[in-house]
Amino acid sequence: MSTHAQAQTNTFRDSYRQALANPNLRQTLSKATAQFVNARKNAASDLGEEEWERLRDNARRIKDHTLAHVERYLKQFSTNVERVGGHVYWAASAADANRYIAGIAAARHVRLVVKSKSMVTEEIELNRALAQAGIEAVETDLGEYIIQLANERPSHVIAPAIHKTRRDVASLFSEKLKLDCPDEIEGIAALARRVLRERFASAGIGITGVNFAVAETGTLVLIENEGNIRMTTSLPPVHIAVMGIEKLVPRLTDLEPFMRLLPRSASGQKASSYVSLLTGVKSNDEGPEELHVVILDNGRTEMLADPHLREALNCIRCGACLNVCPVYQTIGGHSYGSVYTGPIGAVLTLPMAGAGHAADLPFASTLCGACRDACPLKIDIPKMLVHLRRQVVEQRKQNKVQHVLFVIWAWTMSSVRRYRWAARAVRFIQHFKTMNPLPSFSQRSFRQRWHV
Amino acid sequence: MKVSIFITCIVDQVFPEVGVKMVECLTRLGVDVQFNDAQTCCGQPAYNTGYFREARDVARQTLAVLEDDLKTADYVVTPSGSCAAMIKRHFDDLFSVDEALRKRAANVARRVFEFTEFLTEVLNVEDVGAVFPGRVTYHDSCHLRRELGVADGPRKLIQSIHGIDFVEMKDAEACCGFGGTFSVKYADISRSIAEAKAAKVEQSGVEAVVACDASCLMQISGELKRRGSRIRCMHIAELLASEIN
Repeated sequence: MSTHAQAQTNTFRDSYRQALANPNLRQTLSKATAQFVNARKNAASDLGEEEWERLRDNARRIKDHTLAHVERYLKQFSTNVERVGGHVYWAASAADANRYIAGIAAARHVRLVVKSKSMVTEEIELNRALAQAGIEAVETDLGEYIIQLANERPSHVIAPAIHKTRRDVASLFSEKLKLDCPDEIEGIAALARRVLRERFASAGIGITGVNFAVAETGTLVLIENEGNIRMTTSLPPVHIAVMGIEKLVPRLTDLEPFMRLLPRSASGQKASSYVSLLTGVKSNDEGPEELHVVILDNGRTEMLADPHLREALNCIRCGACLNVCPVYQTIGGHSYGSVYTGPIGAVLTLPMAGAGHAADLPFASTLCGACRDACPLKIDIPKMLVHLRRQVVEQRKQNKVQHVLFVIWAWTMSSVRRYRWAARAVRFIQHFKTMNPLPSFSQRSFRQRWHV
Repeated sequence: MKVSIFITCIVDQVFPEVGVKMVECLTRLGVDVQFNDAQTCCGQPAYNTGYFREARDVARQTLAVLEDDLKTADYVVTPSGSCAAMIKRHFDDLFSVDEALRKRAANVARRVFEFTEFLTEVLNVEDVGAVFPGRVTYHDSCHLRRELGVADGPRKLIQSIHGIDFVEMKDAEACCGFGGTFSVKYADISRSIAEAKAAKVEQSGVEAVVACDASCLMQISGELKRRGSRIRCMHIAELLASEIN
């Protein structure tokens, strides 16, 4: 059974216990997340605290404004995309988007597509839908290519194969590609490049996500380090870009804080290696002849309408929250059973990616707030997690015993007489046995000593 | 200067010594300390687990007690960053449907302080006259650091102790893994996180690790004990109350 399918049938507890029991994974995760955390810290302090905060506030302001007027900006964006020769498709759901995309491939008799790393296409499970329609989709981002060969889900938003060592990758490549793959990084990359070059050249469609979409001009902004997005959006004759409604910014100048925040937050880079601003196909001599922009809802308008969860739409998918999360550092991305992992994943999973372990994830947090501190858009994730916990309780989906315990607890704690009586009772019982998880009460409480 | 103590349920029942030391320290600094024994709990265990109604019942009671305190005291001081944060930051969310309660909570919040914050920001003191010839490190509790912005104060207080050798451990601000009911519901993950923290405490080569929250200390000391470590876990109040003989 593939890990992908396994994620659906294991419980959250099973998933994370598997991870806890894997010392290699623990070590790899610990090392990789620490590297990312340090890189991010250095990149932020390089700008100075004042400037970093200014950027965060600006970015947040722009996003809040855009989300507050999202319909207007979506309209402006789609008009401009069409003006520069693109087609816009409004997809209500994952199935809707997949149907449209498979339809384009079928109409052009395309059997091979190349893809760049795109969380949203993982969210809608595009590759599976294409495979069902007899279309092969090859991932061209090295990390995504690796997990595609391994038939796994990404375990981290910007480093999908973070859980694999280079030896894991070398033996995977050797097995799946039937080639001898060296286990040093340059060799692995060179092999992947050779294999993928051929796919780029023969693919009928290039499919990408979108980092930002500019309403003012109809421009798609794509950020990368490997150059595979450049290839994906230049070589095949058709480019399909899939984006959630929250990817919009109003104007080109609004890109500035994001261009500086995203690479630093994601991998500690001052700038990513390639930034592509793609504005339609009408004026191109080179590049694709055809552009389709699929604008996806899939639960986003619902989130927008929810005042408690709306904030999560500010996410720019940098992964900073994953790297600093003490829980993620310990259990890794696959434990979450969702394409969206880590702290933000606990909020996005249910509305966007379906149930999975969604009911458990909000509770799998110490509410330490490291994510909120690391988030370039200052998303208050702990607040949303508490709200989601509250939802579970108020919809009576929680454990009945726990509910009764808390009702008793509240009754006890809301009166000092009952509080004192309960403390006496606990002290008495603890003479004879421990009362896990309660710690041992002291012989005389502070208030008892105070009166002496 | 009159101060009323919000002792917190965990210090009251499990670590009363911390409260005693805090009162000693404040008294030595000339503060007139009061204790209103109508107090119970700030409500955060229920709030954090999503039991808002239950948390509100308890928090309402606590709000009334604090208001009462502040009729005669200038400030309320508490030996816990998480309880201070609950009162100062989260009562607002808890009472969000009741404008009157929110206003009352806001008024109280202004005069509630975590112990070290009270020392450095209200009394403006860093050297409290404590003596401790030993090597110590400091663990930042999450709510204290991230919700109340208190990080430099405790360090300055520790570094002003006569004879002390203070070292920063690696990732002092990393969570200890307690997380209240999280430590019960996901005990194995909680323990894993504590292991990482304890390892860094040990690596720092200290005799003691200090923190401002008893729950963090409980978590870290549990893990250190399991590893057979002899490193002490001290609440900052205990450290600051130690004096010249």
